[in-house]
Amino acid sequence: MSTEEEKAVSSRAEEFMQVFKKGAEFTQELLKENERLRYQVIQLQEKLRVDPEPVLSSTEDIQLRERIAELEREKEEILNRIRQVEKENQDFAARYVEIETENNNLANLYIASYQLHSTLDFKEVLQIIIEIIINLIGAEEFAILLLDEKTSELTAVATEGVSREEIPAVRYGKGIIGTVAKTGENYFIDDISTYKRDFLSPMVCIPLKIKDHVIGVIVIYALLLQKKSFAELDYELFTLLAGHSATAIFSSKLYSESERKLSTIQGFIDLLIK
Amino acid sequence: MPEHKILIIEDSPTMRQLICFALKRLPGVRIVEASDGVDGLKKLSADKFDLILTDINMPIMDGLKLVSLVRNDANYKDTPIVMITTEGAQEDRERAIALGANDYITKPIQAGRILDMAKAMLKKP
Repeated sequence: MSTEEEKAVSSRAEEFMQVFKKGAEFTQELLKENERLRYQVIQLQEKLRVDPEPVLSSTEDIQLRERIAELEREKEEILNRIRQVEKENQDFAARYVEIETENNNLANLYIASYQLHSTLDFKEVLQIIIEIIINLIGAEEFAILLLDEKTSELTAVATEGVSREEIPAVRYGKGIIGTVAKTGENYFIDDISTYKRDFLSPMVCIPLKIKDHVIGVIVIYALLLQKKSFAELDYELFTLLAGHSATAIFSSKLYSESERKLSTIQGFIDLLIK
Repeated sequence: MPEHKILIIEDSPTMRQLICFALKRLPGVRIVEASDGVDGLKKLSADKFDLILTDINMPIMDGLKLVSLVRNDANYKDTPIVMITTEGAQEDRERAIALGANDYITKPIQAGRILDMAKAMLKKP
């Protein structure tokens, strides 16, 4: 081999060595990159394991966060609306109970009024007053006293739980009963639970009034065992009894008097005709 | 609610009217009234009722006698009977229940109480 040929071989060998070195360096770099990437993959896997939230771009992330905030607001609004509807429902339920109670009270008042004016027979009217006081108010011992304007005395015309003879006649304007007849003001004892029966001092005394004119009184001495106190409805019934009983009693008395007069006149006419 | 027949046995017209007034608020009910126990028994034998409401203190035949007779009738051995009375003592209630009454309501009466009681009684199988 000539010197020139040797130089050429040496130059090639050198070139090869350089290429080989570059290849070795490149391989080293690839290995390093591979190692770096593996490390990143492990890191990401670890991150995903700890926090599975998908990794998003910042734009998507912002949009999603805005959407979540919007949904949270909507949820809060819906919850507020539900709370408002629940409160309205409670108000409606309370109002319903109130109306039902009012309706039931009106039923009692209507029936009491209807019954009081259902007859013109004096005895029947008294019987209806008694029924109302027992069944709708819940009294056990009571009396109806009417005023005799000639003698200015109040005397019992009907009783329940006590006999008529037990009820003393009362002077107009005297004692609790006489004062109620004179003033036309209702009388209620302060504490029913401590009341002891006294025919001159009842637990309740209600005047029977036609406008301001008192024709008699209702006196109550005892309530039914299960009736411990008066309810709001009872006071309304007493007011109704005060007015409607008076007109019913007055009308029935007038009617029976006119019937009596009519039969007397009819008797005279029959005699004259004969 | 299907049609229910209710018999009210009560001598007081005021009470009968109040009970009718309350029960008429129930849909599909037919109400029959009787003024004493004997009248009540006649009406019970002439028809079949789903609920009986009876007063205790009545002329001719009282409510307790009526209940004992009704419970001996095969047609009415399971029919709900409610007694309405002024007697509020526990022994009166126990006596009525022992004779076969299902419930016991004391006076004074409120339409709402009657209505609630009837609803509960008619719901029972």
